Amino acid sequence: MTAAGSSTSSAFPPAIELRGINKHFGPVQANRDVDLTVPVGTIHGIVGENGAGKSTLMSILYGFYQADSGVIEVGGQVCPIHGPEYALAAGIGMVHQHFMLVDIFTVLENILLGAEGGALLGPGMAAARAEIARLEADYGLEVDPDALVGDLAVGLRQRVELLKALYRGANILILDEPTGVLTPQEAERLFEILTAMRDRGVTIILITHKLQEIMAITDNVSVMRAGQMVAHRETAQTTREELAELMVGRQVLLRVEKSAADPGDVVLHADGLSLIDDAGVLRLDGVSLDLRAGEIVGIAGVTGNGQSELLEVLSGIRPPSRGRLSVHDRVIDHDHPCEPEEMRDLNLAHVPEDRQRMGMISAFAAWETAILGYHRDPAYTGPILLKTDAIVEDTDGKMDRFDVRPANPQLTSDSFSGGNQQKLVLAREIERRPDILLVGQPTRGVDIGAIEFIHRQLIEMRHAGCAVLLVSVELEEILSLSDRILVMFEGRIVGEVAAADADAQMIGLMMANAHETENAAANG
Amino acid sequence: MGEDFLLIILTFDATIRVSVPLILAALAGLIVERSGVIDIGLEGKMLASAFAAAATAYTTNSAWLGLGAGVVASVLLALLHGFACITHRGNQIVSGVAINILVSGLTVLLGVSWFSLGGQTPPLTGDARFNSLTFPGAEAVRDVPVLGPIYSELLSGHNILVYLAFLTVPMVWWLIYRTRFGLRLRATGENPAAVDTAGISVIRMRYLALILCGILCGIAGSYFSTGHGAGFLREMTAGKGFIALAAMIFGKWRPVPVLFACLLFGFLDAIAIRLQGVEIPIIGEMPVQFIQALPYILTVVLLAGFIGRAIAPKASGIPYVKEH
Amino acid sequence: MRTKQKMPPQMANGSAKLPTWVDIGLLPLINVALAFVVSGLLIATLGQDPFEATWIMLRGAFGYEESLGYTFYYTTNFIFTGLAVAVAFHGGLFNIGGEGQAYIGGLGVAIACLALDQYLPFGLLLPICVLAAALFGAGWAFIPAYLQAKRGSHVVITTIMFNFIAASLMVYLLVNVVIKPGQMSPESREFASSAWLPYMHEALAWFGWEVAQSPLNLSLIGALVCCVLVWGLIWHTRWGYEIRAVGANAEAAVYAGISPSKIIILAMCISGALSGFVGINELMGVQHRLLLDFAAGYGFTGIAVSLMGRNHPVGIILAGLLFGALYQGGAELAFENSAFSPDLIVVIQGLVVLFSGALSYMLRGPMERLYLRLRPPPPPPIASVEA
Repeated sequence: MTAAGSSTSSAFPPAIELRGINKHFGPVQANRDVDLTVPVGTIHGIVGENGAGKSTLMSILYGFYQADSGVIEVGGQVCPIHGPEYALAAGIGMVHQHFMLVDIFTVLENILLGAEGGALLGPGMAAARAEIARLEADYGLEVDPDALVGDLAVGLRQRVELLKALYRGANILILDEPTGVLTPQEAERLFEILTAMRDRGVTIILITHKLQEIMAITDNVSVMRAGQMVAHRETAQTTREELAELMVGRQVLLRVEKSAADPGDVVLHADGLSLIDDAGVLRLDGVSLDLRAGEIVGIAGVTGNGQSELLEVLSGIRPPSRGRLSVHDRVIDHDHPCEPEEMRDLNLAHVPEDRQRMGMISAFAAWETAILGYHRDPAYTGPILLKTDAIVEDTDGKMDRFDVRPANPQLTSDSFSGGNQQKLVLAREIERRPDILLVGQPTRGVDIGAIEFIHRQLIEMRHAGCAVLLVSVELEEILSLSDRILVMFEGRIVGEVAAADADAQMIGLMMANAHETENAAANG
Repeated sequence: MGEDFLLIILTFDATIRVSVPLILAALAGLIVERSGVIDIGLEGKMLASAFAAAATAYTTNSAWLGLGAGVVASVLLALLHGFACITHRGNQIVSGVAINILVSGLTVLLGVSWFSLGGQTPPLTGDARFNSLTFPGAEAVRDVPVLGPIYSELLSGHNILVYLAFLTVPMVWWLIYRTRFGLRLRATGENPAAVDTAGISVIRMRYLALILCGILCGIAGSYFSTGHGAGFLREMTAGKGFIALAAMIFGKWRPVPVLFACLLFGFLDAIAIRLQGVEIPIIGEMPVQFIQALPYILTVVLLAGFIGRAIAPKASGIPYVKEH
Repeated sequence: MRTKQKMPPQMANGSAKLPTWVDIGLLPLINVALAFVVSGLLIATLGQDPFEATWIMLRGAFGYEESLGYTFYYTTNFIFTGLAVAVAFHGGLFNIGGEGQAYIGGLGVAIACLALDQYLPFGLLLPICVLAAALFGAGWAFIPAYLQAKRGSHVVITTIMFNFIAASLMVYLLVNVVIKPGQMSPESREFASSAWLPYMHEALAWFGWEVAQSPLNLSLIGALVCCVLVWGLIWHTRWGYEIRAVGANAEAAVYAGISPSKIIILAMCISGALSGFVGINELMGVQHRLLLDFAAGYGFTGIAVSLMGRNHPVGIILAGLLFGALYQGGAELAFENSAFSPDLIVVIQGLVVLFSGALSYMLRGPMERLYLRLRPPPPPPIASVEA
């Protein structure tokens, strides 16, 4: 067992000690023999890539899942945690990535839920009001207890979550990717609050995949990779570079071999695209960009800064609220929307970010998923009947060329692994030989072998003169594939760099919009 | 005024009588839907309890034992619904349909087998029914203008289940908005994951809501056969469970508006018969069927968002599964 | 504007762990068997012999030509309403309004017959009536469909409401408008014989095959044609592809350029039209007049038929036949033994919906465990870790 914090020489037993935690979901081992020690009154970071098993581990600690094996100790006592109520009783609180709040409740009601202090609400409410006022004053957690949570901004909702945990007397607090949805100012404010909590003796576990946060606020850090705990470090004794290498477990993604780009004409031109969603929130804010034949343009940014919406507008799924989009000679704006079907006719293909939700239909046979969006093509359908034999044969060919395994078009789409599903989706879009290819998160949940295959395909598309727009939260992927990189922040494009001049740190700063915080404040 | 006034009083009196099962069943529906379970089996539960109450009341000559049996039958069906769609995550609509069909057949099958009266129970008399309660002095004040008839006809002279039903409204309101149970209930229907992470069992909350729903439907059903009527008739609930469902939507899942929706629908029911063949100025003769269909039409119009928005509890109809 | 709607969970989603024959063959059979076992226990508690009751019902349903005719006549209605529920299901919609759509479909048939039976021969009248049944049934489904597609009104609730509205409307029309003058019971006049669909015993007699008289008429052929058409539509046309896409994953459908609004309306209208054909069987085939409640119960039974038939035409024919036999055999049972009312069938129907529908997942878990124990597990796939 690795001792995590040599700096804490206190005589207290550690706040949390996990030993030999195992957990699997079906055939997937999410946690394997995980050990973790968190000293009292420290901020402990846990880093790892998406899917490294961080969230699963914390869900086990919070009692949301039961470990297959392993021991949990809280404050030096073995503490079986069979459900969230056990964790709460042991003083463990958790702020989930997706807030666990009831929108139609007031802040007060949300805080009270599960800690009502009696069968009637009245007395508990009065007591809670006083206690919340105290917590607000202690930690600077100002929020109106009578506001409806549904009306609050994201940063304030997070405060409600913190108040919920503190109100229950949590002295151990788990935060799961707390800054993923926050603006830099909100994140900074959060860190101030967390520091204030630590100074009052609260132990904090911070799950993140952002190394700058680890460096900025934690005392100790543990690194997870592929379900295992691979290292424990004192934050002061480590560097971002070391952590990055530990996270990935090898020299970070191979730079993909590619020749210099030879961009041609502009094939897609966006001019001041804005999108206001159903809830009236501005999701895209005046996005302008050009996409040229024979280049890969990467869109970098923290999740939720408008990348998904950009893809939806560019692919015709949603019409822009304002601004214009030209694809070849077709001009699209709010009053002249272009449905996805027409976009496909304009030779624009789209590999969606979330293939499970959008790119395929799990219950469909592979051959049916392989024509999704192109099912009206005369090659696939006659005037009335689908040309099933032709489609199956066509899918067979795609599976062969893209090495989709098992190569059986009759299997349902959800019986393939993530990588094979993605290859099937990619085959469907790429083999149309599009002029414009929009690609979202091409390698999310995809195994290593398939990643390299997919990257090669994208480069080949570029060589063939296709204009490729690549959206990815994996900065390395953006850096290694793109010719130009645009950075998105809060629905806007806040910067553009040629890939040759770019490095991760520089893009990372732009993603946090570090140089333009006042503007962001004015916009928020 | 005289006669006209008395007619109005009598119409309101009838409104109260027909509204009772609507109020109870709509509140029952409100409680389950607030917990995130859709129950279109209100009709079936009422029918089952109407039969159970009548059969038991006839056998034991006790309306109260009948009520007990009605409530037990209804709660058992509510638990069946829970078993199917909470424990086994079956489709809530399908389960409700199944219960409605099952009960519609079972009540008659058992009725024929037990009483050999073509599906009816023998008529109930005396203590086998809930008899009208006469308020003190009701007879004495009958002739006092205005207030007399209101007291003696409208307020007095109902059976105890009528008063119980109206009492249920503030009770449910209090339960939903003023108690721990209510807070958890409302949260379960909106965001069950929030309830789960707060250390509260979603499954337990939903089962409790279903049991309450069963109790209320059981009282409503018993009222049909041992309060309002005197014995069980086949299909005697005649779609009232669906009117109650409509009233619950019309009242936007809130107890007091639901009460008024039930009274409105009950009023439409009560005047439908009186308006038959009556010429109304401007409109002309109102087809009675139109008035009977009006609750359904109004509910559709409401659902279409033309008169305000009816927003159901967010999680209703969705089985709760922990995601990973 | 796209509407965000609540889809019922897919009723027919397969299990990755079980082989197809267990999933679509054995499990549904066990569920139906459970429904019958419970029915048998019920009969036993009523003091009757369930085996004898079964025997009487079987004989009553299949024992002689006339009974067979009745069984197939009921089956015809169940195929129509079962297909109706299935088509909507494939589009992710629960059409509970088959009852009202069948009723209004019949109104269409009756209007066409009453208006034209004096002028047109059967050959011209039949297609008009078929069209009228489809249009009226589809029309009655269109409003809830439109409200679901454009305003997000829950189609389950609106179709329930439309059943009641249809019932009131039909009472009004029959009592006030189409009632035969000088008659007490709310019925239309009898259609002229040019509007009578030939009985099956008449049709078979043309070929020299004499069978006993029964209400079975040529609608059965229409129902079987509909099965083929629905099968083709759902699995072999792009419209069916789009319906299934919307039903299985509306978001992916939007990505694929399919408009869920259009598909919801399309699926519901097809569903309503199929329900409307009950009017052909009942009014042109048997009653030869418009009357109250001729569609009673068929719409709801369609839900049971579709669930039991796993939303597939072949399954629906088999389930329709089973329910046809239950209806006919149950009537026979009630006739022979007064301890039973025909409502026994309604009970069995409720149990089938319960076990085949609401409790359809109940045995899947145990079955999966049993299957895994009986068979060595395949090598675990190389799956990415997704937490």
